[in-house]
Amino acid sequence: MHLHKYEKIWLIFGIGSLILFLVVLGVGAFYKGTHPPSHLATIDPQNVQAHESFMDENLGLRQVGEDQYLVSVIASAFNYNLGTDEDGKAIRTVRIPVDSTVVFQVTTTDVIHGFQLAGTNVNMMVEPGYISSLETTFKKPGTYTLLCNEYCGTGHHIMAATVEVYQP
Amino acid sequence: MITNKTGMNKHDSSLVMAHMWVAFISLFIGGLMGLLQTLVRSGTLTLPFGIGYYQILTVHGVILALVLTTFFIIGFQFALMSKTVGMTDKQRDSAWFGFWIMLFGTVTTAVTILLGKASVLYTFYAPLKAYPTFYIGLALVVVGSWIGCFTNFRQLYVWKKKNKGEKSPLLAFMVVINMLLWFIATLGVAATVLIQFIPWSLGMVDTINVLVSRTLFWYFGHPLVYFWLLPAYMAWYAIIPKIIGGKIFSDSLARLSFVLFLMFSIPVGFHHQLTEPGIDATWKFIQVVLTFMVIIPSLLTAFSMFATFEITGRSKGYTGLFGWLKGLPWKDVRFFAPMVGMLAFIPAGTGGIINASNQMNQVVHNTIWVTGHFHLTVGTTVILTFFGISYWLIPVLTGRRLTKKINTLGMIQTVVWAFGMLIMSGSMHIAGLLGAPRRSSYSTYGGSEQATEWIGYQLAQAIGGSILFIGIILMVYIFLYMIYAAPKGEEEFPISEVSENAEPTPKFLENWKLWIGITVALILFAYTIPFIDIIQHSPPGSPGFDMLIRH
Amino acid sequence: MSKSSLQMKKKQAPKEEEQPELKGTFIAVMGLGLFILISWFIVYFIFVAR
Ligand code: HEM
Ligand SMILES: [Cu+2]
Ligand SMILES: [Cu+2]
Repeated sequence: MHLHKYEKIWLIFGIGSLILFLVVLGVGAFYKGTHPPSHLATIDPQNVQAHESFMDENLGLRQVGEDQYLVSVIASAFNYNLGTDEDGKAIRTVRIPVDSTVVFQVTTTDVIHGFQLAGTNVNMMVEPGYISSLETTFKKPGTYTLLCNEYCGTGHHIMAATVEVYQP
Repeated sequence: MITNKTGMNKHDSSLVMAHMWVAFISLFIGGLMGLLQTLVRSGTLTLPFGIGYYQILTVHGVILALVLTTFFIIGFQFALMSKTVGMTDKQRDSAWFGFWIMLFGTVTTAVTILLGKASVLYTFYAPLKAYPTFYIGLALVVVGSWIGCFTNFRQLYVWKKKNKGEKSPLLAFMVVINMLLWFIATLGVAATVLIQFIPWSLGMVDTINVLVSRTLFWYFGHPLVYFWLLPAYMAWYAIIPKIIGGKIFSDSLARLSFVLFLMFSIPVGFHHQLTEPGIDATWKFIQVVLTFMVIIPSLLTAFSMFATFEITGRSKGYTGLFGWLKGLPWKDVRFFAPMVGMLAFIPAGTGGIINASNQMNQVVHNTIWVTGHFHLTVGTTVILTFFGISYWLIPVLTGRRLTKKINTLGMIQTVVWAFGMLIMSGSMHIAGLLGAPRRSSYSTYGGSEQATEWIGYQLAQAIGGSILFIGIILMVYIFLYMIYAAPKGEEEFPISEVSENAEPTPKFLENWKLWIGITVALILFAYTIPFIDIIQHSPPGSPGFDMLIRH
Repeated sequence: MSKSSLQMKKKQAPKEEEQPELKGTFIAVMGLGLFILISWFIVYFIFVAR
């Protein structure tokens, strides 16, 4: 099969671009560690609180080092459980200082949910039996909506919370 | 056998027409749901009579993405096969048998959704649980389509036996590739539905392995979109050249690109599961690389299409760098509609490359950007090409003519569709980049500032959606007119010849065993190890949740 | 029209090896390639900036 001269140039240019994309992605993923969330850890979906990270007292925001935070969340229809405040009221807003490193770890007790911080790269699937985890650094202060972006039932669109990134 | 001059046997015509009826009725119902969705999402409408948003979204997804596409494609492909390699009475009987099974399955599933017992969306992700008849109906649609597959295989086989040593007609070759792709792909969804979903929804087992079901679903989900696209490519490669008065640029390149689609469109399902916790990152990346391979045949196609247009324009005497564009029949809707579809494929395909780009998927995953993306691919490129096909196929089937008036109306329909989609899909893309989620009813997200920003784009989607719905009404009118009101006569069944400058097609392109062998090898390579991993490291299974979908 | 198409044939026919004139096609597909590159990098930079 022989190709027209221009078609050859086009294919070299096109395939070259694809290779360029893959190299950029590959370097990012394997060298800089920006793989998409693939935590692989499992958990019993009917007994998530047996896992240390998801015990009542460990839910929500915890500081684990200087500029290092851990946010543990239990998703269930149609709520993100971020723990309770001193008065025993459910926390709806997590406040994190800008430029700190945050690890989100999330699991679900029922169906599949999404976990997306709108306007950021925090975007992962939460599936029964697995712990989804993602590390990020917030570069810009602001109020971000945490919302469920995978259909989980009739109340799916009301499943939300807030993450506030502030300038300390 | 009674054959009219256009070359379609009367009996074959009714078979194809039956498929077309289901497709166009689906278009109308699905389009109406689409309009309602955009109105609800923008906060301008509350659904009456206790109808749920996710119920109509399930109808929209199932009836447009699964029913309309499958029926149109199988019907169109029967027309191509009947025209190029012929159809015996026995083959026609089995085709009808497949049709009735698919229709029965469709009705079963549709009734279940309408009763509010299956608002699980067209992807039916476990452990949301629908009533068993939802899954049983879908299984029947797949089984019916398999009968179509094997009927098509048999048709080409019989033809080959009669025409020893000859290469198969290009369109028949393409149909068989597409049906092979479909058959191999649907094995995955059939496995999860038959082995996992049906026993679980019937209560025979207590739990379901969620990740296994998702992996089997997406093993099917990506080739599914190529099953939609390839019939459009058939029309572009082998029918449009005839309509514009040209020839096929290269028979071998056309076949080569179809073979590449068969090989590379299946081992790539992980690009829909990039943000899932249970799949190894390296295997995700491997499937991303394979996904990029499947872009290559589309690069080939882009060149072939432009080349066909340029050579044809120039052969009509138009010169200059782009002067040949004037040589194209812009006022012929049979060309114009698919051409607009092709143009839509430029942003559509580009969006697809972005979606599949591994970690970049986190920017767009499950945002309304994705919805914007596939309303360009299937909702514009594929659908406008199908409309373009209908303008000659329906008259051929009904023994009528495409009148000037309908031609003009078709041109208007195309422009309305393109314009509505530009607005709807454009605002979906932008809102998605801002973070607005897909598959979501109207919500202020607890008064969030970001959600207020999205509302303007939702309104734009409602405007685009309303324009699109006008397009649907126009198309349904055109469909009915072509069946009942157009003057009797003969319409051409356009099939192109290969350019005399093109090289002879090499024999190896018809080495089916080789292509199927490579396809299977690639699937085994991409899936065996990660799939064993998934099973070995499975968490406890999930019980079903059917209360969450009640409203 | 038929006259000019004859002329074209004459121009194209002489050698078997001669390739059809496809300058417009070339520019069109390269434009398409550029569109893909630019769009991809826009989203890539959004990813990096976030
Ligand atoms: C009148 C024309 C149409 C309108 C107004 C429309 C509107 C919409 C809207 C607003 C959504 C997103 C809803 C959400 O995510 O909450 C949607 C989803 C969808 N549309 Fe359309 N659409 C139209 C035509 C089509 C066509 C022709 C097809 C395919 C052939 C199609 C296939 C789909 C699919 C597969 C989904 C995804 C459903 C899901 O996420 O479960 N649409 N449509
Ligand atoms: Cu949800
Ligand atoms: Cu895909």
